[in-house]
Amino acid sequence: MEDKIKKVSIIISKGGLDGVYPGLIMANGARLEGIEANLFFTFFGQDAITKKRMGKIKVATVGNPGMHMATMLGMLPGMSAMATSMMKKTMDKLDIPPVPEFIEMISDAGCKLYACKMTVDMFKLKKEDFCPQVDSIITVGKFYELAAGGHIIFT
Amino acid sequence: MPQKQFGTAVVDVDAEGFMTDFSHWTREIAAAIAKEEGIAELTPAHWKVIEFMQREFKANGQVPSVRKLNKSGVISTKELYEIFPGGPAKKAAKIAGMKKPEGCV
Repeated sequence: MEDKIKKVSIIISKGGLDGVYPGLIMANGARLEGIEANLFFTFFGQDAITKKRMGKIKVATVGNPGMHMATMLGMLPGMSAMATSMMKKTMDKLDIPPVPEFIEMISDAGCKLYACKMTVDMFKLKKEDFCPQVDSIITVGKFYELAAGGHIIFT
Repeated sequence: MPQKQFGTAVVDVDAEGFMTDFSHWTREIAAAIAKEEGIAELTPAHWKVIEFMQREFKANGQVPSVRKLNKSGVISTKELYEIFPGGPAKKAAKIAGMKKPEGCV
């Protein structure tokens, strides 16, 4: 097979389970294929690497057309928690780990994790607010530098 | 179906070189596939992974995931990537004489 992909840099910009998982799966999948991978977390995507939030990420049942659920129904108390728990059970069966374990696994697989500086400034975060797998806080410019020679995927 | 010679053995393989009949696998074949995949010598750590994967494969027909290997205490994810460089699950499955792993994680 010619022209194999050698390097990818994946941006995770959205929060919520359905916001962070696709990028995590793409990054892990890249490492499984021996492809060099970088992950760049920006805006609410940073929930996935923020110590106090990474274990509590839910799937939104309101304003999420993919849930195929009436907005009023999604608003009911406990609905998001229920949908999250159902989704987590299904994912566990498919061997997709919960977010904190997934972050650890991806980092152990050799993927580098970065937090977006602008988001950090905007939400007044510090390096200590992030899980230890985060390599550093970088600017968009630095991200492009790191991504050079590879593909960029935005999620 | 393509065939491939490993040492003295000739086995059926798929288009990507994965053995199609696990029952023909031998340790000699494993060592030959490993060489082809850039692993000069299979160490006890490699064998531990291969043997675990084969046990799982025989038990439920599934190639175990990296997560399973880590969780079962066979090998840490870090070490697995180190000893099977360039795609651990695929390489280990190939050397162990199994089909290509089908999952995405």
